[in-house]
Amino acid sequence: MVTFLRRRALTSLLPLVVVLLGVFFLARLTGDPASLYLPENATEAQKETFREVNGLDLPVWRQLVDYLQGIVHLDFGTSLSTGESAAAMALRAFPATLQLAITTMVLAVLLAVVIGSWAAYRPNSLADRFASFLSMTAASVPDFWLAIMGVWVFAVMLGVLPTSGVDAGLLSWVLPIATLLLRPVGVLTQVVRGAMVAALSAPYVRLARSKGADSRRVVAHHALRNAAAPALTVAGDLAVGLVNGAVVVESIFGWPGIGKLMIDSITGRDFAILQAAVLLTAVTIFLLNIAIDICYALLDARVRDKAMV
Amino acid sequence: MSTSYWRMLLRDKVATVAAVILCVVLLVAVFGPMLIGGEANAQDLTKGNRAPLELDGWLYVLGTDSLGRSILARIIVATRTTLGVAIPAVLISLVIGSVIGMWAGYHRGWRETVVMRIADVILSFPSLLMAVVVLYVYSPSPTNIVIVLAITRIPIYLRTARAESAELQSRVFVDAARTFGAGSFSIIRRHVFPIVLPTLLTVATLDFCYVMLAESSLSFLGIGIQAPDVSWGLMVAQGQNYLQTAWWLSFFPGLAIVIATVSATVLAAWVRLATDPAQRWRLTVPRRQRRRAVPTVAPTAMEEAQ
Repeated sequence: MVTFLRRRALTSLLPLVVVLLGVFFLARLTGDPASLYLPENATEAQKETFREVNGLDLPVWRQLVDYLQGIVHLDFGTSLSTGESAAAMALRAFPATLQLAITTMVLAVLLAVVIGSWAAYRPNSLADRFASFLSMTAASVPDFWLAIMGVWVFAVMLGVLPTSGVDAGLLSWVLPIATLLLRPVGVLTQVVRGAMVAALSAPYVRLARSKGADSRRVVAHHALRNAAAPALTVAGDLAVGLVNGAVVVESIFGWPGIGKLMIDSITGRDFAILQAAVLLTAVTIFLLNIAIDICYALLDARVRDKAMV
Repeated sequence: MSTSYWRMLLRDKVATVAAVILCVVLLVAVFGPMLIGGEANAQDLTKGNRAPLELDGWLYVLGTDSLGRSILARIIVATRTTLGVAIPAVLISLVIGSVIGMWAGYHRGWRETVVMRIADVILSFPSLLMAVVVLYVYSPSPTNIVIVLAITRIPIYLRTARAESAELQSRVFVDAARTFGAGSFSIIRRHVFPIVLPTLLTVATLDFCYVMLAESSLSFLGIGIQAPDVSWGLMVAQGQNYLQTAWWLSFFPGLAIVIATVSATVLAAWVRLATDPAQRWRLTVPRRQRRRAVPTVAPTAMEEAQ
């Protein structure tokens, strides 16, 4: 188990390292990082002091060492607009995104399990049609357009939901969550459906049926447990996709999370904040992938046994 | 061969409609701006934010924006920008990904390991974040957007081509070619490529959707296509501020995206069936019965498109 986890952690560590180095070298490849960090109308003298203060006149390897040390100490520089530490701003915005993401994933899994199992249990039924409609919509409707149309219908025309912000309590959660839900539910439903169709025709389900287990118990107890593993592998990819969605949704609904922080830092040309937000997201995804691996190992006896060796 | 594909396509009404829509979109992208170009930028403040059908003339059937420009004309001009980013991005990632993927899968060993690790690295990071950072550091020109989108999509073809060619290289006919002294390049070209191509084309059709949505999202967020150029995603973003008074500014460009992506998805599903000899017979049964006959369609392409 420990060997398995160590190997998996090393595999997921590679992308994280690539991201860390990627951000560093991208900022240097443009030629002058000073013009990247400072506002466009900065004078030559300002850039000169900036280079000295931040050690940009040192050799590249020294800069890299400083940069990595800064990351370890959560020091990503300070914001241009507020002068606050970039790491503090990113960490403050983080819980808002996390709330949004966790709620979405929990709802997505619940919905996908219900719709997917139902669709697999009764092929070509209303639920099955709805499942394929969902996955079609998830693959082809732009989330930002759906969000704006949601605002138009429910906030502008009907006036039942707020257009943006987090002040209206639970009501302000409805539209962002609904928009974010679309993609994961569409994909997960298809995965659950496929896995359930395979599981329902497996020998152990037939055995359970022949022993006289009622259909609800067969679906929930025998089939679903085995269908959960494939769904879990997709969950990691979905979480990565959820970051994309969060950037769009947060900037539309003015949700004070990490996605909005990123877009704001781009419009304000505030590279320190963008860097902190991107690296924080990368670390989260790294930890999430490890968590999924642990769940997967615990869930699937074949992986678990192999991991023990 | 090709006539039977035509007949198969015509028998499936939904797929035919999707193919026709995509052809129309392509024609609009090629000829539309030539025929209508000037109208998209013709400002007339006296006609600002008029609702669809409020003004006479076919130019104004979809209404006007705040500067009195025809929405229809702008959508037509935007078609070229949107496809001008999506098509090159798909083609570049298709070519690079398939060539390297087939090469890695054919040779196995360390080449395969290195290539797959690179694919994993790219896929395990949110594509939008990568685009955000790159387009922040470098200016968001159409060329840069194409490059960023192509890089994020290469792993999809890498994985598909690698898997198929790794399986093919152990087959008897490849062994036979090897025994006759054929070089690896010509074996890949003559024996591996023709068999992998249909799968790659299916993935590419579906990926076209993804790339179009990605470009729209970037443009919407303000780091994609920049004004005065116009793309569908950018039009939705520009209309967002007028949502209270002029819903049509955002509605119709978004609808254009949906129509194009749904058509591509439908066509991709058809191509997947049509190019698979084991599944092709399904196209001979009416649509309603088809799902019943397909118990376990693993949505692999869908998953990877995420």
